[in-house]
Amino acid sequence: MFRFVNISPGVTFRIRNSAAIMRVSCAYNRDDEFLKALGGAMKVALFATCLLDQFFAGAGVATVRLLRSLGVEVDFPKAQTCCGQPAFNAGHWDEARRMARHTMAVFEGYDYVVLPSGSCGSMLKVHYPELFEGLGKEYRRAVDLSERTYELSQFIVRVLGVEKLGDGLEGRALAYHHGCHALRELGVEKEPILLLENAGARIVPWEADRECCGFGGVFSVKLPHVSVAMADRKIDTLPEAEALVSTDAGCLLHLAGRMKRRGKPIPIRHLAELLWEARNAA
Amino acid sequence: MPPKAYPKESRALLEARPEVRESVTKAALHFHNNRERAYGEVPVEAWRDFAAQTKEHVLSRLDRYLEQAEARLREKGVFVHFAEGPEDAHRILGEIVRKEGVRLAVKAKSMLTEELGVNAFLASQGVEVWETDLGEFIIQLAEEPPSHIVGPAIHKSLEEIRALFAEHLGTPKDASPEELAAAARRFLREKFLKADLGISGGNFLVAESGTLVLVENEGNIRLSTSLPRVHVAFVGIEKLLPRFEDLSVFLQLLARAATGQPIGTFVSLIEGPRRPGEPDGPEVLHVVFVDNGRTAALADERAHVVLRCIRCGACLNACPVYRQTGGHPYGFVYSGPIGEVLAPALLGPKDAYPLYHASTLCGACAEVCPVRIPIPKLLLYWRERAAREGLLLPFEKSLVRAYAEAMVRPSAYRLASKAMRLFPGVLKSETLPLVRAWTRLRAGLEPSPRPFHELWEEIKDEG
Repeated sequence: MFRFVNISPGVTFRIRNSAAIMRVSCAYNRDDEFLKALGGAMKVALFATCLLDQFFAGAGVATVRLLRSLGVEVDFPKAQTCCGQPAFNAGHWDEARRMARHTMAVFEGYDYVVLPSGSCGSMLKVHYPELFEGLGKEYRRAVDLSERTYELSQFIVRVLGVEKLGDGLEGRALAYHHGCHALRELGVEKEPILLLENAGARIVPWEADRECCGFGGVFSVKLPHVSVAMADRKIDTLPEAEALVSTDAGCLLHLAGRMKRRGKPIPIRHLAELLWEARNAA
Repeated sequence: MPPKAYPKESRALLEARPEVRESVTKAALHFHNNRERAYGEVPVEAWRDFAAQTKEHVLSRLDRYLEQAEARLREKGVFVHFAEGPEDAHRILGEIVRKEGVRLAVKAKSMLTEELGVNAFLASQGVEVWETDLGEFIIQLAEEPPSHIVGPAIHKSLEEIRALFAEHLGTPKDASPEELAAAARRFLREKFLKADLGISGGNFLVAESGTLVLVENEGNIRLSTSLPRVHVAFVGIEKLLPRFEDLSVFLQLLARAATGQPIGTFVSLIEGPRRPGEPDGPEVLHVVFVDNGRTAALADERAHVVLRCIRCGACLNACPVYRQTGGHPYGFVYSGPIGEVLAPALLGPKDAYPLYHASTLCGACAEVCPVRIPIPKLLLYWRERAAREGLLLPFEKSLVRAYAEAMVRPSAYRLASKAMRLFPGVLKSETLPLVRAWTRLRAGLEPSPRPFHELWEEIKDEG
């Protein structure tokens, strides 16, 4: 299963083992040539996620261009649909398993599956193995996919080892919303901030930046009043910023929808779009 | 009101009394920030591991530790009882009340006695009963249940408390918090001195030494358990600790998790009634071990971990859902994240429905829990059981089936994607049932002009 890559004469390492990549490669400058060798050797699939596919299509385009600019050959398996998280979270695990089986089949054979989303990312990485616990072969398949799954910013920082994309965000003041599953289930915390700040952006302090926005998928329509009260707490504490950024489309949709209804919207931007701007503006 | 009223009650509260949201958010965040700081001062991850493992160990040998605790307590002259549920507890308490001729009882704050409805029972027996914790005293005057495990009156603003005290205790309408506390103290002091019976819960009970441990900040528990002639302590069977030295971690961890204090201001270690020559303490001490659903919860391989809970309230403070309303809409003694998983464990998933759905699974609770209860995991477990046991509306099940059916067929997914763009009004409708639940409080959803999977066709060959 593992493929070996020659980055430069005498250095060979395992693609799958990102820790090893970090160790071996720390001596190397992440120049374009290096990234091309690294990225070109990986088979990477983009899981756009259904929410982003439908509501943040531009962020999907940005993800592809960004990854390509980092030397990664990225594929978009066309049979992908929804990871099944709404069914899973609501307790309908039989249905969730059907969707998970579909998704596992779609992403078979790729070295990495990259998602511009923390929530769907954690569905694949954390919850698929739970969903197939005790089911032998399918469990092992779920664990295998889990090990190959990364949220976008985490993939860039941890797997590619890139911490600076460019200077394209010089002077931008951004508010960053830490989506709950990205933050607490995947540990995506420093990566997005690092990438944004290293591109010149200023992340404005926000006391509620780690609090849930109240979306919660089906929660938002099952308990809409509690849900928007949670969004209001986010919005009421939101400092002045030119845009609200997050790696999760669901949170962004919810906060944007509520801000618009209250009549004081600030622009919302998906992290992938800003990272592409960071890279591309140069 | 029962848990099933949560959707209606939470909405009503948010609409009719927005000031509750403000009080609760402010107080809960205050606790939360203090806990955060207090955790940071000690090797808290190691403490949490120790506490979780110790509790898990006790739960795996609960029968043995209960027998050990009972033997130690009896050796020290304590009367030990076992109550399966409220009826047992009432019967035991009723016998004590009659035997001792109790007319007036003072109560230390105890969530277990809320579970058992002790106050209402005592009133029915003609016993005057007073809550002596300031927060509990406030809500007793207001005739409300506690809204928080640690701060029962967390939902009350100063103005409300002023009005309440003016009405009941005759304090000035603009009394300062200090004056209000002094008035309560004056009122309660008389009750302490006259009471025949003191009732408490128990934070911990050490099995090897038969020590009942009570933690507080106001001194009212110490008075309640030492001034009256009779002391009855209701202790959940899950409150046992194996060794006395375990307290060194648990006492500190509990206080840090609950309020951010290094330790509770008053820690009472009670080992029996007053001995000859001792200046104070009750003549008679009863410990009532209460099950009330705990054995059934213990038998559940997955859900039993909820019994590790030490009732610190840290998960409530961390919970953005709880912070919007406080505890009342939950319709259960325990609210917030721990209530959402204790309710189905103690009442069963049917009676607890839909409390375990009152969460976005954000995980803030598990992040702070001193005994590492994986609350989001338990919420998912109960949701899965509820769906499997047919507790959800049939309509939801068919909807989910149809959705799954579409999602395993890429062609159906793409068709739905096209349809959504052909009828853009659907997602903005304010009348369609499901859509309305979104659009009433938020602007309608606007899909991208073209979905990404179509754009991919154009960019896939880009350089």
